[in-house]
Amino acid sequence: MTEQLDAGLIGEKIAESGQLSDPGDGLEVGRARRRKEDARLITGRTTWTDNIQLPGMLYVAFLRSPIAHARITRVDTSAARGRPGVVAVLSGRDFAGEQGSLPCAWTVTEDIVVPDHPPMAADEVRYVGEAVACVVATDRYKAADALEAIEVDYEPLEAVLDMTEALTEGSPKVHEAGNRAFTWKFSGGDVDAAFRDAPVVIERTYVQQRLIPSAMEPRAVVATTDGAAFTIYSATQIPHVLRVMLALTTGIPEHLLRVVAPDVGGGFGSKLQVTAEEVLCLLLTRRLGKPVKWTESRSEGNLTVHHGRDQIQRISVAAERDGRIRGVRVDLLADMGAYLMLVTPGIPLLGAFMYNGIYKMDAYDFTCTGVFTTKMPTDAYRGAGRPEATFAIERAVDELAHELGMDPLEVRRRNWITHREFPYTTVAGLTYDSGNYEAATDRAMALFGYDKLRAEQADRRDRGDPVQLGIGVSTYTEMCGLAPSRVLGSLSYGAGGWEHATVRLLPTGKVEVVTGSSPHGQGHETAWSQIAADALGVPFEDVSVLHGDTAIAPKGMDTYGSRSLVVGGVAVLHACEKVKDKARRLAAHMLEASADDIEFSSGAFTVRGTSQGKTIQELALAAFAAHDLPDGFEPRLDADVTFDPENFSFPHGTHLCAAEVDTETGMVRIRSYVAVDDVGTVVNPLIVEGQVHGGIAQGVAQALFEEAVYDTDGNLLTTTMADYLIPSAADLPDFITDRTETPATSNPLGVKGVGEAGTIASTPAVVNAIVDALRPYGVDDVPMPCTPERVWRILADSGAAPARPAAAGWGGAGESEGGLR
Amino acid sequence: MIPAAFDYIRPASLDEACHVLRDADASGNDVKVIAGGQSLLPLLRLRLAYPAALVDLGRLPGLRGVEDRGDHVFIGALTTHDEVLRSPAVREHVPLVALATATVADPAVRHRGTFGGSLAHADPAGDLPAVAVALDCVFIARSAEGEREIPAAEFFADYLETTLRPGEVLIGVRVPKLGAGWGFHYEKFTRTAQAWAIVGVAAAVRTEDGSIAEARIGLTNMGSTPLRARAAEEALRGLSTAHGDSGVTIPGRVHDPVRDACGQAAEGASPPSDLHARPDYRAHLARVLTYRAVRAAGS
Repeated sequence: MTEQLDAGLIGEKIAESGQLSDPGDGLEVGRARRRKEDARLITGRTTWTDNIQLPGMLYVAFLRSPIAHARITRVDTSAARGRPGVVAVLSGRDFAGEQGSLPCAWTVTEDIVVPDHPPMAADEVRYVGEAVACVVATDRYKAADALEAIEVDYEPLEAVLDMTEALTEGSPKVHEAGNRAFTWKFSGGDVDAAFRDAPVVIERTYVQQRLIPSAMEPRAVVATTDGAAFTIYSATQIPHVLRVMLALTTGIPEHLLRVVAPDVGGGFGSKLQVTAEEVLCLLLTRRLGKPVKWTESRSEGNLTVHHGRDQIQRISVAAERDGRIRGVRVDLLADMGAYLMLVTPGIPLLGAFMYNGIYKMDAYDFTCTGVFTTKMPTDAYRGAGRPEATFAIERAVDELAHELGMDPLEVRRRNWITHREFPYTTVAGLTYDSGNYEAATDRAMALFGYDKLRAEQADRRDRGDPVQLGIGVSTYTEMCGLAPSRVLGSLSYGAGGWEHATVRLLPTGKVEVVTGSSPHGQGHETAWSQIAADALGVPFEDVSVLHGDTAIAPKGMDTYGSRSLVVGGVAVLHACEKVKDKARRLAAHMLEASADDIEFSSGAFTVRGTSQGKTIQELALAAFAAHDLPDGFEPRLDADVTFDPENFSFPHGTHLCAAEVDTETGMVRIRSYVAVDDVGTVVNPLIVEGQVHGGIAQGVAQALFEEAVYDTDGNLLTTTMADYLIPSAADLPDFITDRTETPATSNPLGVKGVGEAGTIASTPAVVNAIVDALRPYGVDDVPMPCTPERVWRILADSGAAPARPAAAGWGGAGESEGGLR
Repeated sequence: MIPAAFDYIRPASLDEACHVLRDADASGNDVKVIAGGQSLLPLLRLRLAYPAALVDLGRLPGLRGVEDRGDHVFIGALTTHDEVLRSPAVREHVPLVALATATVADPAVRHRGTFGGSLAHADPAGDLPAVAVALDCVFIARSAEGEREIPAAEFFADYLETTLRPGEVLIGVRVPKLGAGWGFHYEKFTRTAQAWAIVGVAAAVRTEDGSIAEARIGLTNMGSTPLRARAAEEALRGLSTAHGDSGVTIPGRVHDPVRDACGQAAEGASPPSDLHARPDYRAHLARVLTYRAVRAAGS
């Protein structure tokens, strides 16, 4: 009863907010199912990696470099070895013969510099936090204590912190080969012609600050061996990729290596990695013959989980006076950090095809230079390249609108691809299969009360209200559902973009779905069950979804880039279809009819025009018994599918943000936020809603709160959550969300992916709102994160009263507003 | 993070606690008193503090609770923030304490963290020290030698340092009732809800016939100790409250002299510099927030 009541309430709430509720068609797809994994996940009845206890387990703690760049001249582990409970103390040189180099699977150019990246530094450290030694002890406390007894002598070298300086002649070098990792170019159309004599050119530089992914579950690794074979448990998004890479890195044969991603508590890209700790734990268990465990602390994580973003973007937009965009030119510096990790160099390239956004234009030119610095390497973080691109173009389009004195939405309307023009091949060469930007924008404007807010904005400006109101627009799209393998190959990525699924009908008619897309909290078990339930006509409850263990789900490409549903979910659908085809043959045989005369509906195969039929459960049992099968029919109703998509998918939407900026304190408060997303067909509205909310929160976090700060010596200052601010629900507004639904034409489910949309869309919406609020003060940019101090200083530096005259009458400000006036 | 090893002592009585602390001091042992642990544990876990021993007062009888004692409210040192918030005596007679306590961190912290612990920790970024100096609270310390009263103005010595002597335990705080005509406000400026104050202003204002008769202003995180904004307090005395501009310019309106007076709020302060604010910005905030706090308290 409670169950029904709650589900009812949720349904009602969704209905209130204009969301799809139970479609009432008896189908699972589209139904706001509560996630079947949640009860287990939130009541302590699950296995996070850190919960795994194995007999004789030893605990690993890492000593990490306190210096950004230095030569290691001596490591003395002798005192630490004598500490209580200590089993082994090892430095980088102890691993020298076996540790290999951490892999980079995306070498984007022929001449890219891929430095050797030992999991534990032996001769030189290149960022604060790099592992230089480790203690293995009988408990984690003894391991942590013994770290303090290891002596390391460093000969300091110069830190390299600023990308622009790093590229100058005479800069100290991170690696012998120099600080330029690669330069990658891409263009479409004649960009010089587009800019030549262009009536309007907007040129801006935006800084994508460095971010630290903060998954709820810290990284953790358990490695064990029986003397011959190895098992590694890791809080990872990529058990399958990890297995291949660990085999290549350590020399442990792939068939003797099992990788398990147990329940994983979030990743956002940060667990799309082959980490030093994974390799080292595997080597330690091989060396010691005992299981070992390492779990990072939050501070250790801030230092050494790969960071995200960190780009300097120079964007130029050439346009006509009527607002039509002629071309876009982008010159990007992307901070690689000290090494190239799994897909480090490819991240900015995932944005390369997105700087044109949803707009039509004649020409586009993109150059990206990857730069080494003595900081933690960067890599995938929610959106990975696409939030950066979307930010730049959406900010620049607002600047164009301001320059032309036009409403920012009007400029967008004059440039965007209209719904009649799909499929549309963009200047960047992608074919957007479907979309309806007009519909999403109209809906968003209605929910937002756009005109009313503009009127209030004008009123506040006229009154010289110290709290100004701004409206920010973001009409985004993204390429996701990574990805067609041939496209990845053309971009020099090291692997394909397919996904694998197995569907098994068990003798009792229950269904096992095995997916290669290993979830880290997104709700695959629920959504995949919904897809399989519809496809096979079985109850939702009769489906279980297995994943995340290479012994159970041996093939997969894992989860990232909003690919799970679009590639992995579609693979499940195809596998169900294959099972159904077999079942149809079996049904025809048992019913003594032609397969062509067999109809399938609601889980039963019937002979057309008769009531004769077999349920899929009956067929499952018959296949199991195998007493009477068609000739050549294998006694099983299983199927495997490895699905390679033909195209990316292109979710889109319109996000509108109203922000109040307190010009006295610099504080920004989001007053209202509307998100209308088009993610194609929705399998589970509750899951989509959760992804959108979390995604917006993460994008708002970049706009307002988060920034990894290194000091001038290369020390990370934001090592705790008191310094690295992550917003909680208390710091965010209620999000008003809605959807339009333009099914993808590139896959049979019509799905587009939703994991990254909110993050990609929201950051520019928020910053555009802040800048819009401050236009009367002559402000045209606020660097992220738009902290109160930063906003206040920009206002102080603008040195001016608002452009509108009314504020001049604002008396009594006294000394306190000196900076503002 | 994992703290370094330490000894753990849980005295059964306050007397025993005092003796343990005195003996530790005599033998040169570095001991720390722990109650709710909400400030100390993070320091231990980050290995920023390495005490030889923790003396856990958390379960000592008699130090927990709030009493209405006529001209003041006595708050036992071990009273949790949550208990302070729920106390009718606090809410009725010393509401500034409740207003500030409500902003301390989050509910989980407020259920474990203690009133006395938070004051004895003497973090100038904590919310309660500024309230204590604004209200001229009196701190009661106990040692083997007996009890001692310490006025708030003399309690906070420096960053994370008090004038409690070795072997002394803070057992409670007298919070004076200010009586009729007073209004209160705690204005806290943070970037996120759970964060420490970048600047906070605790204001108590007595108005009489439309004028400010007396103002007491305590500043959070504007120096190595909580501060009183004495210059602003002086300047506010006698000013009319009639011209509140609420920050909105209304053409032809006379400017608010209260704003000018609050412009002196940062005088004498030497605010810290950190990732969230540099000193000049903190000084600016102190002026703006003091105006807002005074306006809210005096309305």
